[in-house]
Amino acid sequence: MSAPPVGAVGREHPRLEGRDKVTGAARYAVEYPVENVTYGWAVPAAATRGRILRVDAAPALALPGVLDVLHHGNAPRLTPGVDADLFLLQEPAVHYRGQFVAVVVAETIEAAREAARLVRIDYDTEPHTTVLSEHHPGLYRPNKVNPSYPTDTEDGDFDGGFAAAEVRVDATYRTPAYHNNPMEPHATTARWRDGRLLVHDSNQGSTPVQATLAELFALPREAVRVVAEHVGGGFGSKGYAKAAVVLAALAARQVDRPVRLALTRQQLFGPIGYRAPTIQRVRLGADADGRIAAVCHDAISQTSTLTEFAEQAAVYTRSMYAGRHRRTTHRVVRLDVPTPFWMRAPGECPGAYALESAMDELATACGIDPVELRIRNDPAVDPEQGLPFTSRNLVACLRDGARRFGWADRDPTPGVRRDGRWLVGTGVAGASYPARARAAAAAATAAPDGTFEVRINATDIGTGARTALWQVAADALDVPVDRVAIRVGDSDLPAAGVAGGSMGTASWSWAVIRACEGLRDRLRQAPGGAVPADGLTVEVSTADEVRAQRPLPRYAYGAHFCEVRVDADTGEVRVPRLLGVFAAGRVVNPTTARSQLIGGMTMGMSMALHEEGLLDERYGDWVNHDLAMYHVSVCADVERIEAYWLPEEDPELNPAGVKGIGEIGIVGTAAAITNAVHHATGVRVRDLPVRLDKLLERPPTR
Amino acid sequence: MRAFRYHRPADVAEAVALLDADPEAAYLGGGTNLVDLMKLGVQRPGLLVDVTGLPLDTVEPGPDGGLRIGATVRNSDLAAHPLVRRDYPVLARALLDAASGQLRNMATTAGNLLQRTRCAYFQDTAKACNKREPGTGCAALHGQNRELAILGWSERCVATHPSDLAVALVALDAVVEVREPGGPRDVPLAELHRTPGDHPERETTLPRGALITAVRVPPLPFARRSTYLKVRDRAAFAFAVGSVAAALDLDGDVVRDVRLAYGAVAHQPWRAYRAEELLRGRPFTAELAAQAADAELAAARPLRHNGFKVPLIRNITVRALTGLAGSVRP
Ligand SMILES: Cc1cc2nc3c(=O)[nH]c(=O)nc-3n(C[C@H](O)[C@H](O)[C@H](O)COP(=O)(O)OP(=O)(O)OC[C@H]3O[C@@H](n4cnc5c(N)ncnc54)[C@H](O)[C@@H]3O)c2cc1C
Ligand code: SF4
Repeated sequence: MSAPPVGAVGREHPRLEGRDKVTGAARYAVEYPVENVTYGWAVPAAATRGRILRVDAAPALALPGVLDVLHHGNAPRLTPGVDADLFLLQEPAVHYRGQFVAVVVAETIEAAREAARLVRIDYDTEPHTTVLSEHHPGLYRPNKVNPSYPTDTEDGDFDGGFAAAEVRVDATYRTPAYHNNPMEPHATTARWRDGRLLVHDSNQGSTPVQATLAELFALPREAVRVVAEHVGGGFGSKGYAKAAVVLAALAARQVDRPVRLALTRQQLFGPIGYRAPTIQRVRLGADADGRIAAVCHDAISQTSTLTEFAEQAAVYTRSMYAGRHRRTTHRVVRLDVPTPFWMRAPGECPGAYALESAMDELATACGIDPVELRIRNDPAVDPEQGLPFTSRNLVACLRDGARRFGWADRDPTPGVRRDGRWLVGTGVAGASYPARARAAAAAATAAPDGTFEVRINATDIGTGARTALWQVAADALDVPVDRVAIRVGDSDLPAAGVAGGSMGTASWSWAVIRACEGLRDRLRQAPGGAVPADGLTVEVSTADEVRAQRPLPRYAYGAHFCEVRVDADTGEVRVPRLLGVFAAGRVVNPTTARSQLIGGMTMGMSMALHEEGLLDERYGDWVNHDLAMYHVSVCADVERIEAYWLPEEDPELNPAGVKGIGEIGIVGTAAAITNAVHHATGVRVRDLPVRLDKLLERPPTR
Repeated sequence: MRAFRYHRPADVAEAVALLDADPEAAYLGGGTNLVDLMKLGVQRPGLLVDVTGLPLDTVEPGPDGGLRIGATVRNSDLAAHPLVRRDYPVLARALLDAASGQLRNMATTAGNLLQRTRCAYFQDTAKACNKREPGTGCAALHGQNRELAILGWSERCVATHPSDLAVALVALDAVVEVREPGGPRDVPLAELHRTPGDHPERETTLPRGALITAVRVPPLPFARRSTYLKVRDRAAFAFAVGSVAAALDLDGDVVRDVRLAYGAVAHQPWRAYRAEELLRGRPFTAELAAQAADAELAAARPLRHNGFKVPLIRNITVRALTGLAGSVRP
């Protein structure tokens, strides 16, 4: 094991704002006291594709307390060409059902909500198409996939290699639309003063939100301030400016008063993005010993007619396992749906479900233990790029997990273990997630009394990022933590990127460390080490350093193990045990790291067993749009979740040596569970979620 | 949401008079269903008459055994009541398997029985629904209908009644005590909810303004051997996709008497009379239980997404009854 931590980094510490949150003292976007505030209520389109013919606001305006109804005919103008999804209330066109087409502003939230119901909108509708299918004539090859990966890759001769393989797996996996559903909805308080815009907004990065608002409203960046001090989750859906902040800013300008606007739970199912449904065909060709010779992953997903978003589901396969002949492809189709967006581990999460399921099918076909199969196919270098990994500890995760889980004596035969009414099975899956970093700025100030303040526009969306950065700063300053204060979540602070892509802590701690180092240098140079009365500040940017990183494959790895029990009479699935072992660089704060990993695994279990946006193609939206109908896993579904990590030092990462842990926890979970369900029942569920009816009605697939 | 008035009546008579006088008035129990529907614009009462302050909040043993459950007794309190736990485990189980702790602390007996369907289209005012807006059509019939009915539905409406409690109570032959403007009246629970027929907007046989004051559960000694099995998509905090309430009385291995009711299959809690009839007087076996379920389900007409409910109900019928039969397992 690694040596015990000497400084703050590596030590357990509760979240700095934990007490404020549980006592209600922490303020979220629409909880700031604001004088003269009004309430906005968004009105969704009741048409799926077409144009607005007429908006009749009169009945809404007649309601006492209603101040205004904004729509494309009267709303303040936005700059065209910034973002088609955010060009709201500007045009009569309706691109998807639920698109926000009006906003009511009133003195009370109740009046706003009631008036929203009274806004009468007539549409000229056109036929729509909202269902993803591998036969859709509109499927095309995008120029890149999210965020900027090549669309297709090819190496060797897949067709030849696959045809020649002794053992072949050819399976198609389907995932439905998933909805991010953070606890706090997308919500904003917006106010204008002297041509300046101030918003308290629930987002994952107020620097990019500030930039987008400035562009949309044709303002200099300095004229826009975005505060996101506490954020009740986002899971990717708040990684960019979204409808709520734009609508609130438009409304506040129109009525010339502050406006609070929060989306309803129902409104979070679509207009703010969702994980695109996918159809993925995976083919694996191997020799009898399970050594993969040919691998192909063809992924299909959907985007909207407004903006192209191509879920990078097959990218996972590019670096995960060995194989000489390889191909990956992505195709998308533009449907009359809201634009999909990031959701925890976009790409890797659905992609790993497909590949790690196919690996399990290959293990069964070869008669090889699925842990061993993965170990045998662990590549020495990145199989596509031929470059060495900066560190790759998948095998160590698999071995450690197998030992902790008690995998050794597993009988591979599916559908034979019974404990009373329960069919019992175990499953495993691998996982990887890129370890990236992006440029950030940070400032550190020394005060004459020996205390320090570190400032960076990082966003703590509930992960504990603020606490981790505070620990990193204390060590970089080489002072006890109680002499350090940290400020995050305000665009007036030095600019930094979003809490997303598992690169928050990597990117932000990099800038924090450099700022603190710079400050220590300055203090050493100061005469007698004395701090001037007004303090000493150093501000840095890591742009050059980040740009100079060597282009090497950097990934965090994980191995997921689980036990499931399936009720033989009802098909109900329970998870007695879910265990993950991760290799993700250094861990700054075990308390918050564990909760990220466990949270990711829980979300993966939820994806495997429960979550599913149920589309009604006649309307073109998801009908189960609340948390009573869209099921998210609850505590009773799982008895024990364990997360462990291996000590890992990787000098090619960033000064803090972290890889990021926000997403790796979700990546392999769904496949581990469906693999265990197969082991328990003999039924291979290739279309998520594993609902009880699928286990009741389907014959075992073997 | 529509602005509304709120009133706490002094007694039952005032409550009934208020509803009689105002066609836009509605009773408010725990509000866990009604208030949600008001926010969604599905229900738009102008006056809420809060009945939770009325003296209807006790559980009393009946003179000849049995129970009289006040209309405003909270679901949590009812589930925890010693007599309920001892004499009617089916009731306690059904209550505890429903909703969440917080909701059960608020939800009342009467409110639970009169809660509205969870059909997704009913809850969305932008979609067609005959129950919410008669004559607009039933979006669920050819839509997402996995949760909905397999028995007793009509082309006009395929909704299910979502209550677990009602399934247990209908198995126990419970009687609902009602106060109407004309006076008190008893309504057997089995006759409280209607089949949807041509008028799914009429959900119960109660006239408008009728106040439920209590639910009587008759004595049924063998209900001590009773159970409720609920199948749901996640382990807690989810409505049933199928459930069974069962009580079994065996004489040796012969079925002397039995009670069986199904949930999440129809517009009302579904008492399985046909299955009961087939079971009575015969030696109990798992096969007999399966045959009984099949007899009841012979009338089932599954929709596009809910064919699985037929084998599911069959399986849980067998499990519930064999569990109660205990040693009589084949
Ligand atoms: C997320 C969620 C999950 C749930 N899961 C389950 C579940 O698994 N199983 C289950 O059974 N239930 C479940 N419920 C439903 C819950 O049990 C009901 O909402 C509750 O029982 C209703 O009781 P209430 O007192 O709050 O009724 P209210 O909402 O107050 O009223 C419901 C209806 O009854 C009428 N009413 C109330 N009292 C009287 C009276 N005395 N006389 C006449 N009319 C009256 C009201 O006017 C209204 O129409 C769930 C609810 C939610 C929100
Ligand atoms: S099933 Fe009934 S409640 Fe549901 S949409 Fe049809 S009519 Fe409405």
